[in-house]
Amino acid sequence: MSLAPPVPVTTNPAKDAALRHLGQWGVFLALAALVLFGWGRYENFLDPFNVMSVLRYNGMFALVALGMAFVIMTGGIDLSVGSTAALASVASALASAHGVVAGLGAGLAAGLLVGTVNAVVIVRLRVLPFIATLATMLAASGCALLLAGNQSVSVSYETGFTELGQGDLLGVPVPAWIAAAAYLAGSVVLNLTALGRTVLAVGGNEDAARLMGLPVDRAKALVYLASGGLAGLAGVILAAQFGAGQPIEGVGWELFAIAAVVVGGTLLTGGVGSVGTTLAGVLLLGLIFNILNFENGLGWISLSAYWQSVVRGVFLLVVVILQSRLAGRAEEA
Amino acid sequence: MTESLAAPAPAGSRRPGWGHRLAPHGALLALVLLILFNAAFTPNFLTWQTLNVNLTQVCATVIVGVGMTLVIATAGIDLSVGSLMAIAGALAPLIFLGHLVPGLSGPPAIVLAFVVPVAVTAALGWFNGWLITRFRIQPIVATLVLFIAGRGIAQVMTNGNLQVFNTPGFQWIALERVAGIPVQAILMAVVVVVAAWALRRTLFGRRVLAVGGNETAARLAGVPVVRVKRGVYALSGALAGVAGLIVVARNSAADANLVGLGVELDAIAAAAVGGTLLTGGRASVVGTLWGALLIQLVRYTLLANGVPDAAALVVKAGIILAAVVLQVRRAP
Repeated sequence: MSLAPPVPVTTNPAKDAALRHLGQWGVFLALAALVLFGWGRYENFLDPFNVMSVLRYNGMFALVALGMAFVIMTGGIDLSVGSTAALASVASALASAHGVVAGLGAGLAAGLLVGTVNAVVIVRLRVLPFIATLATMLAASGCALLLAGNQSVSVSYETGFTELGQGDLLGVPVPAWIAAAAYLAGSVVLNLTALGRTVLAVGGNEDAARLMGLPVDRAKALVYLASGGLAGLAGVILAAQFGAGQPIEGVGWELFAIAAVVVGGTLLTGGVGSVGTTLAGVLLLGLIFNILNFENGLGWISLSAYWQSVVRGVFLLVVVILQSRLAGRAEEA
Repeated sequence: MTESLAAPAPAGSRRPGWGHRLAPHGALLALVLLILFNAAFTPNFLTWQTLNVNLTQVCATVIVGVGMTLVIATAGIDLSVGSLMAIAGALAPLIFLGHLVPGLSGPPAIVLAFVVPVAVTAALGWFNGWLITRFRIQPIVATLVLFIAGRGIAQVMTNGNLQVFNTPGFQWIALERVAGIPVQAILMAVVVVVAAWALRRTLFGRRVLAVGGNETAARLAGVPVVRVKRGVYALSGALAGVAGLIVVARNSAADANLVGLGVELDAIAAAAVGGTLLTGGRASVVGTLWGALLIQLVRYTLLANGVPDAAALVVKAGIILAAVVLQVRRAP
């Protein structure tokens, strides 16, 4: 969305870069602080069981946030990821009787299908990403309900499909492996390929990127495709983890993903972003829930799960204010 | 109907065709066609009951949509409206059931149950505007804060419990009728008319459009940009509060988990279909009303003719896209 405040004009690139690095490293510092806090305060916080369950549960959110990060780097937004994941979970649950590959393929295909529609509507028909993906969000949700017949669809337990969500590989949950692979690939694409540079150039200044002869339309189409595909993968994990394709899951995922991306220091105006900090943002928001659980377990206070969203909101507030302060100081420098 | 500060097309440019002349009223035209279709094919369509059902279903979306239209006119967006509805909806019963201030009851409690929630949501809306103007945070991120935290606040206030009540003194806002028309529909009409007049005829309205059209130019021209922005977000918050009160009064129950869920997207869709530009500077309050009515009537038509609700969602998506694609074509 082009709802951006004016881009800060700087006269000191070195200081600007330093401040931006502080903004990007800040999320790692906050994550480390939160982990240290939990380690010091709760007995079993760093037990393998707790660490692995946090990783298992946040794998699908991490995938969705990765796609969102790329979309946001081009200056766009993808509101459809939540219902795309729901649609993919239904598709993969229906296909899971034919094996792991069929289930995985069906979910991925459903995600790529929504991504393709987004890409065509945004790139060819020139509809604003916010509205285009708002529409596909409704459409994907409707398709998920139609495909599932308005109810949860049980996955097949005979083909080993549930291993994709519940299984372990070398002691680490499969969803965490999938997310790690996706983030590795995302990092390589962003930092080492022409496509990654083009994505950032498009977000920085689309007109300038076009005039430089960069393949702007291709880069934009690819990020929406990637976002759809990753949401599809998240849907597969969702179905495998909970044993059912869930047509009404995924509500609010898009905004959680946006929050994680913002906490990770990626500017919503596009042009700046990093893959690693997005992962840190996801883990940070996920850990808040985990720490609330431990805090309740201590018995000093009894915070309901509802506090989770309050705390997350306050957290987001602090982060965006700090970011704006950093940007402001870069402006004065 | 569409308000904008854009200069008229220069003389000598290509004469606009019929499509161009009709496009601004696209939502209204589609609405009229749909009503004609229903009158011909849907049994029992032309009755008071059909009208009232559709009006009450669309009422909250339109009231929120009016605030959203003004926010979008300044090139902003307000994702927090649904959560603010939940806060207002949770607060009102807490007040008139005497849970918040023990012993408070009777007419004073009822009056406070109307005034306090709306004042609170207006203040929270102002807070959105403050974040946006003071820290230069993009509206979508700034209002995301209350979108996430707001529903949590409402849930914490009620401990996530359903508040059931039977308080006619409060519920008249949703259940009473004047001359056969629901009070909430009258309220909705008043909100639309006042906002449409304000956007077109008042200094405030002109300033809203000026800020959305070109913020820097507006600032240089002496428009108090900060005050205007905080004003529209406060207004959007207040209208969300009113909508929240109507919804809980209609249901005789307040459920912080559900009140206003997803209304921000319905309101944005209604504004977009009604011809308001998401990039700001061009807005139509009446268009938002037509847009919301169109989306609602399409859903009603499909349901009345045996199409499942899920398929109606897909059709709704198609309408939003079609409306916006037509607008893109129309833009120079």
